[in-house]
Amino acid sequence: MKRLVAARMDRCIGCHSCSLACARLVHKLLSWEHAGIRISSSGGLTTGFQAEVCLACDPPPCAAACPTGSLKARPGGGVVRNKNLCIQCGQCVPACPVGAIAQDRAGDIYVCIHCGQCVPFCPHDCLELAEVES
Amino acid sequence: MNPVVILEVHLDTGTARLRRLPEARAALGGSGLAATLFSQYARPTEAWDHPDQPIIFAIGPLTGYFPLMSKTVCAFVSPRHGGYAESHAGGRSALALRFAGLDALVLVGRAPRPSVVHVGAHHVSVQDAGYLWGMDALSCAKLIRRQLSGSGHRSIWRIGVAGERKSPMACINVDTFRHFGRLGCGAALGAKNIKAVAVTGEDHQPLPTGKKYAALYADIFRDLTDTEMMHKYHNLGTPENLEPLDALQALPWRNLQATSNPEAIGTMSGQHFADTALLRNAACAGCPVGCVHIGFVREKFLPQDNRYLYRQVSYDYEPIFALGTMLDVRVPTEVLALLDDVEKAGLDAMSAGVALAWATEAMERGIITEAHTGLHLAFGATHAYREAIARMAEARQEFWAHLAQGADAAAQVYGGADFACVLGQEMAGYATGETFFVSQALGLRHSHLDTGAYSYDQANPPKDTAAAVRFLVEDEAERVLLTSMVACLFARKVYTRERLAECLAAIGQEDLAGELAATARTLQARRWQQRLAFGFDPMAVSIPRRFTEVVTWRGPMDTHYLAELQQAYARAIQALAAETPA
Repeated sequence: MKRLVAARMDRCIGCHSCSLACARLVHKLLSWEHAGIRISSSGGLTTGFQAEVCLACDPPPCAAACPTGSLKARPGGGVVRNKNLCIQCGQCVPACPVGAIAQDRAGDIYVCIHCGQCVPFCPHDCLELAEVES
Repeated sequence: MNPVVILEVHLDTGTARLRRLPEARAALGGSGLAATLFSQYARPTEAWDHPDQPIIFAIGPLTGYFPLMSKTVCAFVSPRHGGYAESHAGGRSALALRFAGLDALVLVGRAPRPSVVHVGAHHVSVQDAGYLWGMDALSCAKLIRRQLSGSGHRSIWRIGVAGERKSPMACINVDTFRHFGRLGCGAALGAKNIKAVAVTGEDHQPLPTGKKYAALYADIFRDLTDTEMMHKYHNLGTPENLEPLDALQALPWRNLQATSNPEAIGTMSGQHFADTALLRNAACAGCPVGCVHIGFVREKFLPQDNRYLYRQVSYDYEPIFALGTMLDVRVPTEVLALLDDVEKAGLDAMSAGVALAWATEAMERGIITEAHTGLHLAFGATHAYREAIARMAEARQEFWAHLAQGADAAAQVYGGADFACVLGQEMAGYATGETFFVSQALGLRHSHLDTGAYSYDQANPPKDTAAAVRFLVEDEAERVLLTSMVACLFARKVYTRERLAECLAAIGQEDLAGELAATARTLQARRWQQRLAFGFDPMAVSIPRRFTEVVTWRGPMDTHYLAELQQAYARAIQALAAETPA
């Protein structure tokens, strides 16, 4: 089972290419916010960057908080999402201990599905798709 | 056509109006859109700091949709020349506007008190911020960050004391490491009582269906990251140019009294900066190249104890020329310390360094004395320059108030106009020859980025006036196209006209894709019409004597050719402005 790991964020230059790739390829949107991985500075650009991304909890508290089964535990950690079951209640958002789930004004949620489509768009090799035991 | 979406913020009332202009889409965006909007808002009969004069921030149709489409054009009435001016910046500015759902933000009026403008997809406010007035450009952003949400997805544009004092050298700092640098846009914001503009980009935009767009994006991304085309910017950055330009005798030293310094260039090369002062790199949002080079300044602040502070300062070729070679400061960390002071003061690094170089030579010649300056200025005297930067930004004492208006303005008072290195504004760092001097002196932005004249000179062409003018006019048109999209000019080899047409088609803007050559020419003419509408006479421009005394690898300047080229380019500009009705 693969898992996205933001392993080398101290190399990050803040280009947001990963977020843009996720939004473009997974969610079919132009966005740096509505994506499964989001980049923020920790208080100004002099402090470097951090990735808001699923850490693949096992078991995942967001799935436990989901009342409809839209988010379900994924083998190897994290969640798989059935969008059709989502009622946009947003309970998964505060349930995530690391702020990895975003919700837009329409109620749609964005969480990393560990597909790795962002990885080749990182110019500094900050991200990797690691093999984990499922 | 998709309408252009403009938010017009009235600073005097704190109200805003959203405008959707389908017809403005023909102006693409960026430079073209800014010039078009400027023609609607600006008042040629009023002073640069009249409240009605607009400040326009415009992005383009490709912003965010493709890599390196990452810049914003700021258009304003320049305090330096009282006419249409543009300054361009990256950082997060462009994507923040895109995700705020805006093609352009237009500020009009004057806030009754010092204020901060905050704009987002679902928010607009003009908030009192008197407590920020007088604060340096870096500290003020720290406070604003604490007050606003959206870390990582917002862009903060702010001025320092120089902008508050309305210096024509005042810049707008963008996200700490980038700037709307030149022609005094910081003063334009200060004149409106605006300390900062914060844009939060929290919305998303739809994308075309099908695989074509994503495939084209991937192709361009590969060109920008896998090929050698962008290696220079990725590796040493623009400071890579220092050593070769010095070897060519084209790098200004000591107020352009020399064009080469083989003994000193070793410590001022891009490689030496990287080896001794480079801390890390950063990027504009939407750019995987990451050309921003951030150096560090480490200072012992308690002489008797081991107590240090450190700061991070971005550096490029131009600031190193202006605050390094032009002032004969030869130690990277000292150049960065000066640059840090300039950042905090909110001065344009190029103008500040070149103005100080003039003041230093003026003092050497006895035109000014310590009675004027309160400081002993000497080439290489970093400590005095640090104090001078603060005095100039604050317009402290009569002399510094005059110098804060520009080296040429100070020379009008004290003498020394012959060696004031001003070509429309303080020179950029290219003593490459006649074509560059004419290009900056007459160019629309008085910038090294108006045309590739510095490259043209370096190619050592025959002295052919008609060919040089043709190059200047045609190269400007290509650049206008790029700055209307708005692309980073570092990507100009990737974004050919054909590529731009492909990109527009891929996002469903086929109607714009088919006529790019004609559009470029129209927008080029429109910008010149705006420049001339405020009284700019290209025939009346004078090039100071210092430029005619320059000796490069090609020998001394040919003053006859320089004059001929200047006249011919001035006529070409007049012809361009006359091409279509203003």
